[in-house]
Amino acid sequence: MMASSYSAKEEDGHHPGSAGLGDTAIRTRKPDNTAFKQQRLPAWQPILTAGTVLPAFFVIGLIFIPIGIGLYVTSNNIKEFEIDYTGTDMSSPCFNCSINHSWNNTTPCKCVLPFSLDQPFESNVFMYYGLSNFYQNHRRYVKSRDDSQLNGDEGSLKEPSKECEPYHTSEKKPIAPCGAIANSMFNDTLELYFIDPNGTRNQIPLTKKGIAWWTDKHVKFRNPGSNNPNLTAVFQDTAKPINWGKPVYELDTDLENNGFINEDFIVWMRTAALPTFRKLYRIIQKKNSMTPTLPRGNYTLEVTYIHFLNHLYSDYPVRSFDGRKRVILSTISWMGGKNPFLGIAYITVGLICFFLGVVLLFIHHKYGNRNNSSDIPN
Amino acid sequence: MAREIGESGEAKSAKVKKHKRRKSKKEGKTRTVHANILYDHTKGLDNPNRHYANNKIKTTKYTLLSFLPKNLFEQFHRFANVYFVFIALLNFVPVVNAFQPELAIAPVIFILSVTAIKDLWEDYRRHRSDKEINHMDCLVYSRNEKKYLEKYWKEVRVGDFIRLRCNEILPADVLLLSSSDPDRLCHIETATLDGETNLKQRQVVRSFIDLDCEFDPLKYNSVIECEKPNNDLNRFRGYIIHCSGRRDGLYKDNLLLRGCTIRNTEEAVGIIIYAGHETKAMLNNNGPRYKRSKLERQMNVDVFWCVIILLVMCLFSAIGHGLWMFQYGDKRPVFDVLSPEGTDLSPVVSAIYLFLTMIIVFQILIPISLFVSIEIVKICQVYFIHQDAELYDEETDSHLQCRALNITEDLGQMQYIFSDKTGTLTENKMVFRRCTVAGVEYSHDANARRLAMYQEMDSEEEDCTSHGGTLPRRDSVASHQSGKVVLRSMSTKSHRRTGSRAEAKRASILSKHTAFSSPMEKDITPDPQLMDKVNECSSQMEFMRFHSQSIKQIPPDLCDIFDFFIALTICNTVVVSSPNQPRQKVRRYELKSPVKTIEDFIKRFTPSRLTSGSNSSSSSSLATNRSSHRVGSSMLSSAESTLTKLNEEKPPDHDLQHAFSPVPPNYDKTKALAKDECELRYEAESPDEAALVYAARAYKCSLVGRLPDQVTVELPHLGRLTFELLHTLGFDSTRKRMSVVVKHPLTDQITVYTKGADSVIMDLIRPVTDNVKGKRQRKILYKTQNYLNLYAADGLRTLCIAKKVLSKEEYASWLQHHLEAETAIQKREELLFESALRLETNLHLLGATGIEDRLQDGVPETIASLRKAGLQIWVLTGDKQETAINIAYACKLLDPEEEIITLNADSQEACAVLLENSLHYIQTKFLCNPPPDPQAAKHYSSFHFSSPVCSLASSAHTSPFLVHRLGLVIDGRTLAYALDKSLEDKFLAVARSCRSVLCCRSTPLQKSMVVKLVRNKLKVMTLAIGDGANDVSMIQVADVGVGISGQEGMQAVMASDFALPRFRYLQKLLLVHGHWCYSRLANMILYFFYKNAMFVALIFWYQFYCGFSGSAMVDQWYLIFFNLMFSAFPQLITGTLDKDVSADTLQELPQLYMNGQNSEEYKPYMFWMNMIDACYQSLICFFIPYFAYVDSDVDLFTWGTPITTLALFTILIHLGIETKTWTWINWVSIGFSISLFFTVALCYNASCPTCFSPSNAYWTMQRLLGDPMFYLLCVVTPMAALLPRYFYRACQGSLFPNPVQVGRQLDKLPADMRRLLLSQSRMKLGSLGSLFTPRALFFPLCSPFQKDYRPRMKPAHVSGNKQKEKAIASPIPSKTVEMWDTPLSSKTSGNHVILNIKTQDIAETCRPGSDCPLSGNLDCAMEASYTKDPPTSRTVLEATLSPVDLCQVRLLTSTPLLCQTESIQLVLPPSSCLLEQKVEDEDSSNQSPLLPKGGGDTQHNQEHSVKTTFL
Repeated sequence: MMASSYSAKEEDGHHPGSAGLGDTAIRTRKPDNTAFKQQRLPAWQPILTAGTVLPAFFVIGLIFIPIGIGLYVTSNNIKEFEIDYTGTDMSSPCFNCSINHSWNNTTPCKCVLPFSLDQPFESNVFMYYGLSNFYQNHRRYVKSRDDSQLNGDEGSLKEPSKECEPYHTSEKKPIAPCGAIANSMFNDTLELYFIDPNGTRNQIPLTKKGIAWWTDKHVKFRNPGSNNPNLTAVFQDTAKPINWGKPVYELDTDLENNGFINEDFIVWMRTAALPTFRKLYRIIQKKNSMTPTLPRGNYTLEVTYIHFLNHLYSDYPVRSFDGRKRVILSTISWMGGKNPFLGIAYITVGLICFFLGVVLLFIHHKYGNRNNSSDIPN
Repeated sequence: MAREIGESGEAKSAKVKKHKRRKSKKEGKTRTVHANILYDHTKGLDNPNRHYANNKIKTTKYTLLSFLPKNLFEQFHRFANVYFVFIALLNFVPVVNAFQPELAIAPVIFILSVTAIKDLWEDYRRHRSDKEINHMDCLVYSRNEKKYLEKYWKEVRVGDFIRLRCNEILPADVLLLSSSDPDRLCHIETATLDGETNLKQRQVVRSFIDLDCEFDPLKYNSVIECEKPNNDLNRFRGYIIHCSGRRDGLYKDNLLLRGCTIRNTEEAVGIIIYAGHETKAMLNNNGPRYKRSKLERQMNVDVFWCVIILLVMCLFSAIGHGLWMFQYGDKRPVFDVLSPEGTDLSPVVSAIYLFLTMIIVFQILIPISLFVSIEIVKICQVYFIHQDAELYDEETDSHLQCRALNITEDLGQMQYIFSDKTGTLTENKMVFRRCTVAGVEYSHDANARRLAMYQEMDSEEEDCTSHGGTLPRRDSVASHQSGKVVLRSMSTKSHRRTGSRAEAKRASILSKHTAFSSPMEKDITPDPQLMDKVNECSSQMEFMRFHSQSIKQIPPDLCDIFDFFIALTICNTVVVSSPNQPRQKVRRYELKSPVKTIEDFIKRFTPSRLTSGSNSSSSSSLATNRSSHRVGSSMLSSAESTLTKLNEEKPPDHDLQHAFSPVPPNYDKTKALAKDECELRYEAESPDEAALVYAARAYKCSLVGRLPDQVTVELPHLGRLTFELLHTLGFDSTRKRMSVVVKHPLTDQITVYTKGADSVIMDLIRPVTDNVKGKRQRKILYKTQNYLNLYAADGLRTLCIAKKVLSKEEYASWLQHHLEAETAIQKREELLFESALRLETNLHLLGATGIEDRLQDGVPETIASLRKAGLQIWVLTGDKQETAINIAYACKLLDPEEEIITLNADSQEACAVLLENSLHYIQTKFLCNPPPDPQAAKHYSSFHFSSPVCSLASSAHTSPFLVHRLGLVIDGRTLAYALDKSLEDKFLAVARSCRSVLCCRSTPLQKSMVVKLVRNKLKVMTLAIGDGANDVSMIQVADVGVGISGQEGMQAVMASDFALPRFRYLQKLLLVHGHWCYSRLANMILYFFYKNAMFVALIFWYQFYCGFSGSAMVDQWYLIFFNLMFSAFPQLITGTLDKDVSADTLQELPQLYMNGQNSEEYKPYMFWMNMIDACYQSLICFFIPYFAYVDSDVDLFTWGTPITTLALFTILIHLGIETKTWTWINWVSIGFSISLFFTVALCYNASCPTCFSPSNAYWTMQRLLGDPMFYLLCVVTPMAALLPRYFYRACQGSLFPNPVQVGRQLDKLPADMRRLLLSQSRMKLGSLGSLFTPRALFFPLCSPFQKDYRPRMKPAHVSGNKQKEKAIASPIPSKTVEMWDTPLSSKTSGNHVILNIKTQDIAETCRPGSDCPLSGNLDCAMEASYTKDPPTSRTVLEATLSPVDLCQVRLLTSTPLLCQTESIQLVLPPSSCLLEQKVEDEDSSNQSPLLPKGGGDTQHNQEHSVKTTFL
């Protein structure tokens, strides 16, 4: 029975008792006549036809093309100089260093690469090192770090996260900083000299501050031991990463740039998105408005290799995976480094839109009247 | 609540099964019930009833403890859930994990918990209603207190004695032991069980009938043996064993079922047999069939494809990774991290691990939220359908109910509609229209006028009530079914027998208690001629009574009239009651006619009626007889003995005076009462009966009382006559008749009055003898048959009334068999059936009646527009052929210009031949055989569009099923043959090519078989609509079952997926809501696939740049919640609210419905198109940022976040392109989505500098927001990504708009312009038909009826094939050719030419440059474009015809299967047509072309002629 009695409840809002006559206050089950319930909300109903869409295409085209041109010009104004120092080529000055430098040689290998700039670099120059075919975005690689440790957590310092395995402990001591990313930190030292027309080598001062994100330097990365200036003591029970030549507290002499908050380290720890990437190495500050930061002329780049301890190869080992090493000098604009692509993309999209607009105009002209009754004048 | 019960049906049945299993050991095959009070002291341990289920019901699925495991278990039945959990768990394996395991499991838990909460809520509601029901009160006898005490239902046990009072609901299945009714009857209303609203009599168990004093439970010590609980409502068998060892049979008449309501009976006492879940009502509650919509099936295929794509992508990545590893050889690069143990992974192992990782990363390709979203959208859709004010019926205060929540979109894809007729297409409101008595027809013109007036009044009053404040009728059809019925409250029962609100109002004021009777049905205006005759007849009778003359001297025609009305009055089961005491029997006079012994004997031997308990005249002989019929074995012998006595007894003198009941002392009072006779209420089982009784009352022959053993009739001059009711042989659908056996008080003869379907009765008429009387009889027969055909032609329901006088001997011999049958234990029903057959022979025809069953409002319009929508409508009815055909004409199911193929066969072979011939006929006629003469050729080509179609149809043999303008009528018997395995294909082939199919005389089973056949063989979507119990099977079989609520109870509704108050609401339900639901869901599903594919592909492209390592540049948070949060809302809103075309346009252009039928929103290729588009878009979204950031110092997630943002924008704008209707909600949802993304991103990126490894996207978003590159990317990428789609949509809208787009364009037009276009398209719709309108006048008369005279008179189709071939080869072709030249058509064609010339003229005058008058601007513009259009600029005549034809051709070639003629209209009328229309506006001064929609509906002929003038 219940079946039916149940159903009745749904169907029957009122009870026999209420079935009176003339009861004006009867609650009917008539649905409310509201626009929402009756699905009559005021609405905009765009109909996509050639006629209606046409203006949009032209407008997009007209907006995009100038933007694209602007971007392209901006990008072209950026000056960039790139020099490869991988040393795969026999003729390359770095060839010896990259191949022959034996690991038990205590003196670091150095190579000197001369180059010249055709144009002066006016504003601040950013000096990058670039690596190719280096898959910093490999899934296991990306994971292999302990953010708590890097943030100065004492517990994590003693007991790094499992994610760091197998670069987790070394000789029964926890590695600081643990993980594969830290372990594979780029460690070539780059120096830049300006060769005066008279032949003197002037070292160009390279600023190493401000190359990392402010938030990384001040929030994400912290040395353990709550501002204990004696980092050696703080890191005493830890091991250095296997590949490193020196422990983390010897990365720099400047206390503000040592340990986990070493900016080179921080930059390295921000894993690159693509296998070919560059990372900011140093900034060459503009001295004054009168002289260009890097005037036109000859320069030399000095690369000092610090050997990887546990490795057969002494320099930063990119040859094993066909990697390339580069140094890039670049000015930047408001939209970042030199990259004409975005400008081209805007121009292209704008042109395509314009073209399609023309096609639609044709269609509209030819066929639009046939069916498009919305165009019938009232 | 029913739904809830249904949902738990499975759980319950399982429970019951468990019970059964447990019991079966102890119980064997029967159940033994002892009275509980005998065992009260044993504390239940020895109580033999202790194993039976108690009356507590529990329909909940879960308990507090079992909820979690059980619910989870149920949820894991869905494969998708298992998949998602599997993937989430995979994350816990360190080697393969891609995300933080806790994070990965979040969405799964979210989805599962949403479902669980929903389930919990539903279960709680069930629990509450259970509790409510379990705590209803009833009176149970207590041994200790020695009286009946109030107890909760749940405390009632099997074996308890229960006292029931009037209007109480039965708490369990009760065996009736005592009743306060003097006849020991108990009336129950079973509306809640079977939907029948009439009262049913149940009788006290035989051995307790003669208890004079009140039933005392303490004295009861019998044992009941009965069947085990089963769900057959109409069966109950068992016996009761008294302590004396005597056994009495128990039948279903002794059982009161749970859920029924006691009516008309002060008090009843019974013992509980089945309780709780074992009651028949509960066992009948099966869970609803789980239906899966077509769209969902299609979607599942694509989900499967997604899985394959996923696996391919994973495999590709895995191989890629292996190769990538391999290329390094032994020299492991620094970035290739060793395994945690520090060992090298071989490339192969690595690849295998990666495969699993990729599955996790790509998992969102199979959208976890898809299923949940679809459910949410469907619930919203159901909500909106519920809320539609246009689907609300004020009269019954009911609106559409969606009982199935998961098939709303199926409504938009229907192809076949199977409809019941009575009560579905018609009102099921029977009005007596005409009758014929003794071969004389009484046309009741005044009555017809009255009915017409009612119709007018309705419309008038409707107008005034609509603004004058309505007084909704609060009738309580459903109140009896209410679970919370107020016990013992007066039930104000009134049925929905009313046609309009006005009428309802009237009825509610006048007769709030009346069953089956609006004033329209009650107040019959008598035919004066017949009235005179009745008066004459009765005055003669009176005269004769005073003069003690034999009644036989009355002329036979008057005698027939007298008998006719007597039969109308008494040959039924109508119960009389008075409104002052609702549902109480009228017992104004407790008179018994002086009984002679022999009749008394007979009476005592008639167990079908019950001996009055108050009968004090019990003699010793009676006592013996009574005892004899208790013992079945001794029955026969004693019966024989009495029968011999009967024979010996001389029939008594026919003393007229004697037969009359002595005038009772309160005669005056009764007369006074009789004056306000209208106060008497008739409660009938069927509205036909009520209509007949009311008709008889109009002739002053009114039924005033009915007792089980007597019927009292009041006649004009004779006063009250009491007929002794000897037997009632109830109506059944096999016999199609009912009979009463009475003793005529005037003649004292035993008379049988039979009322039934004419086809049956006519066959049972006594063969005509050759004397004068015989000639008259033959004449009467012939005339009556003629009138019957006429009635049928008018669409009236016909009934024949016949009588038969039995001699005592005949009666005695019949009685003997009948008694045997009645007392038989086995095959009782069959024997009774045979017994009835034996009695109903050699009848004397009295007359026939015609009852009108009015069409419901708006039925023809609804059918017309559904048909325009490309739906094939089949009507399956139990009615007879003629009636069905005429109703079909009336509701425009059959068009007069249609040819009708009628299939009547009486054998399998004949049926086969018939089908073969019809098929052949159809093929030759329609499939391009060269027409015999040129004129016909012209006709054919215009009739059947154009020759290319023909060649197409004939060449493509695979699709020969064009729908022609043909109607197929098939009767039940032929249908049975046609449904045979060997013939069903042929039958379908024939039926399929017909535009409408009408199956008459079909049984419920046949109905469901037809539906099943069409559904399975043609693979189409079927909808069945019906209102009665006989439609239930068909409703259940169809893809979508629709019940019409309120007419015949709840059974159809209970079985249905949707319940409508009225048939006409089907139009909006299908055309509007169905269309919307379908297009919304289809678009949403496609969008879902696109969205996920596009997002996943981004990561896939990245694999090429990360060594296939399974790395993702998209932060795992975004990856996991992208689907669930960021992009979820807009698509839900669009999926719920988007309207591609407005409701008005959808209804005015039903052709748009074909969009759904052909699944045009979601074709298989569209999935792939979407995938390709997704692929393209993701490429753009990946590579623009890629090239923008290549060789830069960007880090992984600073690069990935813009990509996520871009993807989000792209996806949202994509949705924007696909959204057709933008309300503020859409804007808000998109705004919300975007702001949610940024808010979450900003919060997340600021929340924790060390958490969320590996991404640790600290401050990334904040930094990006300060980077102009980010904005530049966000502008250009979505643009580039969406250009192709946007362009494609624009082109599609201009170059090849689909009908829906045309509809949308129509929407945009101002109202008057739209109406103009629509009316024009309607005109064009009519144009094809109107060519042949003249045929309408001749056709219906010639084909269906002519033929049917013959089979009626000659019982069988003796001459087999010849006749059938004749029937098939109806003389249409030649006729139509003739018709071609009728003045009307020639006039129209002349008109045509003139029109065209005019067009030309205007075209000339409207040349650019010249000034156009009046509407010239428009015309000019139109004309300009029109003349430019090369294909139409031919000769003028061609130009006006060709657009239509061309359209046809195009449509036909594209979708040959669904080319209903109307499909042509899907193309907006070209401008030339508009022009034409304009011209016509000026031209046709007589008729406004802007016919309002329902304008010419009632007089469709007129409309046709209007259409004709258009052309």
